[in-house]
Amino acid sequence: MEAFLAMTIGLLTAVGLYLTLRLRTFPVILGLTFLSYGVNLFLFASGRLAVNSAPIIGYPQPYADPLPQALVLTAIVISFGMTAVIMIMAIGGYLEAGHDRVDLDEDRGPDA
Amino acid sequence: MSHWIIAPVVLPALVAAIMIILLRGSLFLQRLVGVASILALNAIAVALLISATTAGPEAYFLGDWPAPFGIVLVLDRLSALMVALGSGLALVMVIYAIGSGWDAKGAHFHPLLQFLLMGISGAFLTGDAFNLFVFFEVLLIASYGLMVHGGGANRLRAGLQYIAFNLLGSALFLIALGLLYAVTGTLNLADVAAKLPDLPEGDAALLRVAAVLLLLVFAIKGALVPLQFWLPGTYANAPGVVAAMFAVMTKVGAYATIRFGTLVFPMDLPATNLLYSTLLLPAGLATLGIGAIGTLGATTLPRLAAFAGIASMGTVFVAIAHFTPAATSAALYYVLHSTLATALIFLVADLISRRRAHLRLEDSPPIAQPGLMGALFLAAAVALAGMPPLSGFVGKLLIMDAWRDHAFAVWSAVLVSSFLMILGLARAGSQLFWKPADAAPKAKAEPLALLATAGLLAGLVALTIFAGPVTGWLDATADTLHDPAGYIAANRLPKGG
Repeated sequence: MEAFLAMTIGLLTAVGLYLTLRLRTFPVILGLTFLSYGVNLFLFASGRLAVNSAPIIGYPQPYADPLPQALVLTAIVISFGMTAVIMIMAIGGYLEAGHDRVDLDEDRGPDA
Repeated sequence: MSHWIIAPVVLPALVAAIMIILLRGSLFLQRLVGVASILALNAIAVALLISATTAGPEAYFLGDWPAPFGIVLVLDRLSALMVALGSGLALVMVIYAIGSGWDAKGAHFHPLLQFLLMGISGAFLTGDAFNLFVFFEVLLIASYGLMVHGGGANRLRAGLQYIAFNLLGSALFLIALGLLYAVTGTLNLADVAAKLPDLPEGDAALLRVAAVLLLLVFAIKGALVPLQFWLPGTYANAPGVVAAMFAVMTKVGAYATIRFGTLVFPMDLPATNLLYSTLLLPAGLATLGIGAIGTLGATTLPRLAAFAGIASMGTVFVAIAHFTPAATSAALYYVLHSTLATALIFLVADLISRRRAHLRLEDSPPIAQPGLMGALFLAAAVALAGMPPLSGFVGKLLIMDAWRDHAFAVWSAVLVSSFLMILGLARAGSQLFWKPADAAPKAKAEPLALLATAGLLAGLVALTIFAGPVTGWLDATADTLHDPAGYIAANRLPKGG
């Protein structure tokens, strides 16, 4: 199971990083999402992998570490919120600029 | 005193919620409540500063859960100082935003500013690594909203880059926290610090990976080369007042580096010993160089200000990299100076933007109120380049003094980059102001905005005049940082962990 989980995390991270380096906003956002999946699995694994154990002391032995589960839950909520924000920002940028390239037209200065 | 430690987090959170729910329709009431809340925050910050100075580190146990099982906030001299710096800057910014009308250019400026303050105060106060991540996200999500305040295609697209960069940083942060937890089984900073000396040797490699990943995250926040690419585009496209407020956000990266470098990964920890110092010095010197060269090449005034901000972060990180009490004290002094100076140049750039046809450093269109604007720009330039008589000079002197043992590399980098910045700022100043002013346009009077700008300048002057007492206080702060026994004891960890 360890090898399978490690390969899954590695694959998700690799896909995420590759997509993040693309030039359009949609693949970038997808990449960030993949990356957050990989990171969540990684956090989950940081409490050691245990099968058929509840996060309750004494029932049944050995018990699973509950803290990483709480951390993952927090991380999921935060990355969900962040994805929503960046999605809105990407749509706003696309509607204002008429294209969804990630790079800036430098040195035109602020248009305020 | 105990419950007041949570106030800098709870007060802005409540005020922001009240603003959004009840005061949505009235900008006047939002302004009133916003200023009142920030004034109260400043009063609390001063009280915390006095308490931290007289009583030493104190922990606040959320929900009265004992450490390391619950989350703690720890008030010590450093966190109190940074909270005071953040709230002081916020007071100037909210006055400027009201005076310049920036807060009327889009919805929710004041609630977002309150949420930003909540995140900044929380990040400075927390004594828990995962909680630090949460407060980073709080301040970031508020900063995303502030960054695109007022809208516009360029600003939205620069905001997208900023968010993407910081989301990658958050992913790295979570991986680092996962590693730290896997190695030590705890995320309470004091508990981690107490456990790391007894770490089995086999886990040292994992710990080093965690330490470097954390440093990368803080380097993203602090715009350290090679992770500074997000800063010029973000700051130059953000509203001027927001860019000025962001001057304290790069300092969150510097704060976290100091905290982790002295408490969690101190120089005498066998697993990581010189790791931070070795990585930070060249990166800091490169940041300083790139910032200085950027000021020479900048084509608009906000980009010039952004690169000057990068250079000042480079100076801060060079000072941090020495990890001795004298150097840390110099770094803290420069953190204070650089926050005020960077904020000042962004406010001056914003003032000029309403008095000149455009902000490009070319064709020299006429400028309104050239004398006043020129004087303000000169003061900001003197502060940023580190020339006497303002505090940048004192700060750079302290840093160079602390780095006597590597004088060749550090002194030449600091001095040459200061010279380049003088050149860049002088070039910008002559493009902006050096021309006949026969047809100067009329400027709208902005007494509050000018008052806020003058307030920042007064802060710089005060930092220079009271450099003696301030450095004395900072020396004592640096001593407590490099001997974190008091910080760890405040957490009242169980014996034998």
